Amino acid sequence: MKEYLFDAVVIGGGAAGMAAALEIRAAGRRAAIVEREERLGGILAQCIHSGFGLIEFDEELTGPEFAERFEERVGPSGIEAFCGCTVLEIESEGESKVVACVSRREGVMRLRAGAVVLAMGCRERNRGNVRIPGSRPAGVYTAGLAQRLVNVEGYVPGKEVAIIGSGDIGLIMARRMSWIGCKVHAVVEILPYPSGLARNIVQCLRDFGIPLYLSHLTTGIYGRDRVEGIEVAPIENGALAAEKAFRIPCDTVLLSVGLVPENELSRAAGVSINPMTNGPWVDSYLMTSVPGIFACGNVLHVHDLVDYAVEEARRAGRFAAAWLSGARPARELRIKAGPNVRYVAPSRLEPGRENKLYLRSMIVKNDAVLEVKADGKVLRSAKKSHVQPSEMLVLSLGASELEPYAGEPDATVEISIR
Amino acid sequence: MGCRSGGSESTYDVAIIGAGVCGANIARRLSSYKLDVVLVDKEADVSFGVSKANSGIVHGGFHHNARYLKARLEIRGALMFDRLKAELGFPFVRCGIVVAALHEDEMRAVEQLYAQGVENGAIGIEMCSAERLLELEPKLSRDTLGGLYAPGGGIVEPYRFVFSLVESARKNGLELLTGWRLSAARREGGGEEGAWRLEAEDGRVLRARYVVNCAGLGADEVSRAFGAEDFRIEGRKGQYYLLDKLTRARPRRVVFPVPTSVSKGMLVVPTVEGTVLIGPSAEPIVDREDRSTTREELETIIRSARNMVPDVSEADVITSFAGIRPTLGEDYYIDVSAKVPALVQVAGVQSPGLTASPAIGEYVKDLLKKAGLVLVEKPDWDPYLEPTRPARELSPFELDALWSEDSAYGDIVCRCERVSEAEIVAAIRRGHTTLDGIKYFTRAQMGRCQGGFCTYKIIKILMRETGMSWDEVTKHGGGSTLLRGEL
Repeated sequence: MKEYLFDAVVIGGGAAGMAAALEIRAAGRRAAIVEREERLGGILAQCIHSGFGLIEFDEELTGPEFAERFEERVGPSGIEAFCGCTVLEIESEGESKVVACVSRREGVMRLRAGAVVLAMGCRERNRGNVRIPGSRPAGVYTAGLAQRLVNVEGYVPGKEVAIIGSGDIGLIMARRMSWIGCKVHAVVEILPYPSGLARNIVQCLRDFGIPLYLSHLTTGIYGRDRVEGIEVAPIENGALAAEKAFRIPCDTVLLSVGLVPENELSRAAGVSINPMTNGPWVDSYLMTSVPGIFACGNVLHVHDLVDYAVEEARRAGRFAAAWLSGARPARELRIKAGPNVRYVAPSRLEPGRENKLYLRSMIVKNDAVLEVKADGKVLRSAKKSHVQPSEMLVLSLGASELEPYAGEPDATVEISIR
Repeated sequence: MGCRSGGSESTYDVAIIGAGVCGANIARRLSSYKLDVVLVDKEADVSFGVSKANSGIVHGGFHHNARYLKARLEIRGALMFDRLKAELGFPFVRCGIVVAALHEDEMRAVEQLYAQGVENGAIGIEMCSAERLLELEPKLSRDTLGGLYAPGGGIVEPYRFVFSLVESARKNGLELLTGWRLSAARREGGGEEGAWRLEAEDGRVLRARYVVNCAGLGADEVSRAFGAEDFRIEGRKGQYYLLDKLTRARPRRVVFPVPTSVSKGMLVVPTVEGTVLIGPSAEPIVDREDRSTTREELETIIRSARNMVPDVSEADVITSFAGIRPTLGEDYYIDVSAKVPALVQVAGVQSPGLTASPAIGEYVKDLLKKAGLVLVEKPDWDPYLEPTRPARELSPFELDALWSEDSAYGDIVCRCERVSEAEIVAAIRRGHTTLDGIKYFTRAQMGRCQGGFCTYKIIKILMRETGMSWDEVTKHGGGSTLLRGEL
């Protein structure tokens, strides 16, 4: 069994993993990426639509193009990339971490490092997770699996399509399936508002005349061998109006019902998980409850845009490199999700510097106010023309605002939306 | 014996109709004798009917009175599992069963179960105070008043059990024909020379001197095709939820409620592979192929399971499914046909059929002998299967050792259940050529992502290994094709 020594090992070679590794390398550290697929890029490889990179590169790229920009930097950087390589476990051995992984080419390897950055991304919730009853025919796919089949493998999973859930991948696939000559009969969303970005509702549904059923529950999937249809019913005043149920005939069901950070490895390594994000709890260094293990990108919390995931990953990479050199947060304040806020990541901040925070609203509202309080005093009150759960909010808190609280024991920063 | 003429219309000594857990046990038992045996099934793979979806329990021998054949077979069958596991290596653990009573009336019912268990000879069965029961099973509700403990009860992966039985029988000469649905049966010749001519819907014909009908839900139709006894199998549907391995609700033992007059109630089962199964419901159904689940029943299952094990949560559900149990009155109907020659009926094998099945194999072997089949032991019968080493059970060191023999062990195809390409290929080479067959054999697509990440990889490996084209790849055979076009 081979053993290698690095300063940091990044688990996951998607956009976040590459961005984190590049920062670690830029700080003069030896870095490795472990990627289970045969090449770097992660899920971007199958996202052949454009809309990536508007923040990062100030231009509109496809997923593979976005990934390529990072792969081109990783190539000559001296970062060791182990592709086709699956991590089996992360162990702490004294001060160092050992990442055991396996690939067809090299067998089992042990990568020893001072720090580990988790960047495994997320997985799609499936039919069982949202408990859609009915029979179990062929033709039920998560939207991401359908996207892989169409865009990379070159197969059409079905011709007459119903999409359950209005997440972004589902919306993108509604348009993609229409382009390849399939008929998309409906997008069914249980909530009273869409889960995906507003631009995708316009470009992927309205432009193709695809009906969107909001406040509708899918009460069954039917068909013996292959899907024959779904049954949906409206939700009125919070209750299912079962008598108004109707059927939508189709041979294929795509599910776009949310994403879950993939933290089984993290859990097994002893990392504590925040039930609101399903990602690790992290401090102001984006470090998890296990010293030396950092997290970024969709494994930390699900982001709307790869640009944000990459921005966060760069910070994680810099913090990991600094931590390896002995840097520690001078003092931290706890961050609390206040009224109408689902979560804030990270959950701690360091008062002496600029802190970037990502958060999600629990409500849909026009002319909302984003309020930051420390010890009951309002630090900042920012107007937002529109907030909704599907659009992540970004907030920077500067050193000057936080300075007065740096010396106070147990000071808490509360962020709320009104 | 061995009077097969060869070619497409060969004559077997015995044909077994239905490759579920009964058919598989009978086939394996007969494979130890000098006989030509064929096992046929209408589905694309074995264990795709009743045996696929049930609670996977080896029962504790206290639920049924020994005046029933099913109880006698249950008790004998349960004792046979340890030896079968040693020979075949399927997943089986004797984790014990607890029956939890939540109020005084239920405690009285538990006392009856205990008395019945003692009478049946259930080994080690005991009555438990609340304290004792909570010590045996800490996941139980604090409202538990007491109950029963049957240490002999256990858990088994039913399809893996069937797969290994069939594989063992095939290793010893059994012929297996899948996708073979009976359309007609006719007796040819008389006396010693007589044989059944069986024709499949696709035109395939075979002849057999003796036939065993263990067609599960279709046993009544098969019986009619032979002009034998007229009975009607009623389907009873049971719905289940499967919970993620990381659930906090995983008990150490199988948790039963106090039974009702129609069923043993809804259980909380810690499966051998680490997940938790809750259910089943018990609903009479008209359409015997109706394996759909319903919101109402699934909600009832969650409520009922949570009564006993409060940690059960909707958030841990990874999938739901339904199985159909074939019922025919109160007891099993296992006997030589009184109307036609050389036919053994194995019908109405509902719960505890899985537990009873090894004893059914033995019982049917004896019935065939009584009907005139001559049994001569094979001196070279090999009861053992090569043990398989799933990647998920190995330490990194052990996995590395396997990789050095076959580098495909280094390619992890299913991340949730850690299944390597080597294991997928092994499943396909053993004849599991549908997505569901590969799933039941390897557990790939069975974990928390339910195939979201690995389905396309398995499709590609299946096409490469079998030469199938994309439009021949199915979920479970028949019209269950996965892909509808190529770009």
